[in-house]
Amino acid sequence: MLCDDCKEKPASVHITKIVNNQKTERHLCDSCAEKAGELSFSTEVNFAFQDFLKGMMGSSFAALPQHKSEAACPSCGLTYGDFGRSGKIGCGECYTVYGDRLEPLLRRIHGTSCHTGKVPRRGGGKLALRQRLRQLKGDLDRHVSREEYEQAARVRDEIKALEGRISAEKG
Amino acid sequence: MTIENLLDKPLSPWMKGGGPDEDIVLSSRVRLARNLEDVPFPGRADGQTLAAVAGEIRKSVGDLGAADKHVYMFVEMDKLPQLERNVLVEKHIISPHHADDDGHRALVVRDDAAVSIMVNEEDHLRIQCLVPGLNLQEAFALANRVDDLLEAKHTFAFHESAGYLTACPTNAGTGMRASVMLHLPALVLTSQINRIVAAATQLGLAVRGLYGEGTEAIGNIFQISNQITLGHSEQDIIDNLQTIARQVVQQERVAREALTKKSADALADRVWRAYGVLCYARSISGQEAMSLLSEVRLGIDLELITGVEAAVFNELLVTTRPNFLQKIAGREEISPGERDRLRAQLIREKLKEGKPDA
Repeated sequence: MLCDDCKEKPASVHITKIVNNQKTERHLCDSCAEKAGELSFSTEVNFAFQDFLKGMMGSSFAALPQHKSEAACPSCGLTYGDFGRSGKIGCGECYTVYGDRLEPLLRRIHGTSCHTGKVPRRGGGKLALRQRLRQLKGDLDRHVSREEYEQAARVRDEIKALEGRISAEKG
Repeated sequence: MTIENLLDKPLSPWMKGGGPDEDIVLSSRVRLARNLEDVPFPGRADGQTLAAVAGEIRKSVGDLGAADKHVYMFVEMDKLPQLERNVLVEKHIISPHHADDDGHRALVVRDDAAVSIMVNEEDHLRIQCLVPGLNLQEAFALANRVDDLLEAKHTFAFHESAGYLTACPTNAGTGMRASVMLHLPALVLTSQINRIVAAATQLGLAVRGLYGEGTEAIGNIFQISNQITLGHSEQDIIDNLQTIARQVVQQERVAREALTKKSADALADRVWRAYGVLCYARSISGQEAMSLLSEVRLGIDLELITGVEAAVFNELLVTTRPNFLQKIAGREEISPGERDRLRAQLIREKLKEGKPDA
């Protein structure tokens, strides 16, 4: 059977659609099927994600129309406009350079802009301590609200010890 | 061990089955996105920089092997023909994007393909671990260990509040995308799948069909993954996904039971017909193969068909994909018609290995 569309290649995709009891059949070759959008062989979600992102950044863009000759990231040369077009950040430095504009975007995407997960051991020593401190404070609140005073006292002592360590490292 | 072995053999550990809830959960996967500090991300880096990144990572391949007694290979993608890259995509070892063009992309892959690291994809590193069954904990432990080993030599771009820095802000924070691949034929048959998809979406997870968009998944296979990567710890994300996946598994079990009770005869007829077509078809499209294989697998899981290994289904999911078939054919070009014939032949041969107790 030849492809219904190009009438050249053999049909390899057979589509039966039933809409309101109306049955239609189409027989297409791989390339025509892909063109017709009947089948996608991609495993990744690949829709125009940038368009969404642009929408999400809309307000921050609108607020900054005067930035025509906007400064670029000194490390990779990305401007915020470039980011708006591609949806991709250029380098780690961009997160600092565009920090105040990325922060609301991260909050819109993730509901928060504050990382609470893994911290790299290398160069993350102090950070890891502060992260642990945040975790412990959360634990303390939880224990207090559940009236688990024994555990709360233990966590409080741990917090004190940790705070001591952090200030000693600062000094 | 060469990349050829990995390409020719259909079996990765997840395809052999095993693992918790293996009758419904095909595999669990964890992916970590990482970038080297002070180096532009792949999208903004020049060729020389990317080559240097690949060179740096190459130096760590030995460390990985020494740590877990497996062999790790380093493959430069531009040395691999397009067809072989596509096979790696079909085997879920790399992303379609990574197979696309040559930007000094490379792949580090463990001999059993349970660990793979894409180098210079959207981020400098995408560490990916794939294990059979519902076992996100193990997949995460594996990915975390690989991350630690790499981190011992390389400094990753990290920010106190934004976490691990990634090219796309949707991955920032943990850089972690965890997912489970589920076979949900009964939820589809009983038209409950949309309800499940809606519920999972409301709980902050993404659901999509395998090899396809939209809710109509080919072969009734769905992937559920976390959407949010920032603000929750890796463990919380894993626990959340694991809990919801377990709920979906439970729902699928209930639907299977209901089907068995209410329409046992129709169901038995359906799965045996599917088995019959697969056993005797001389030409079969990829999509038809997937949906019939799904029914046969359901029949095996419900013990309507006995004597045939369930893992056959997992294997055929990969070996009946177009690029893998072409690789087996060993020729540059095969026509779609020839491919459909080859697919039918491969399925017939595989099903012959196990004789069902009809």
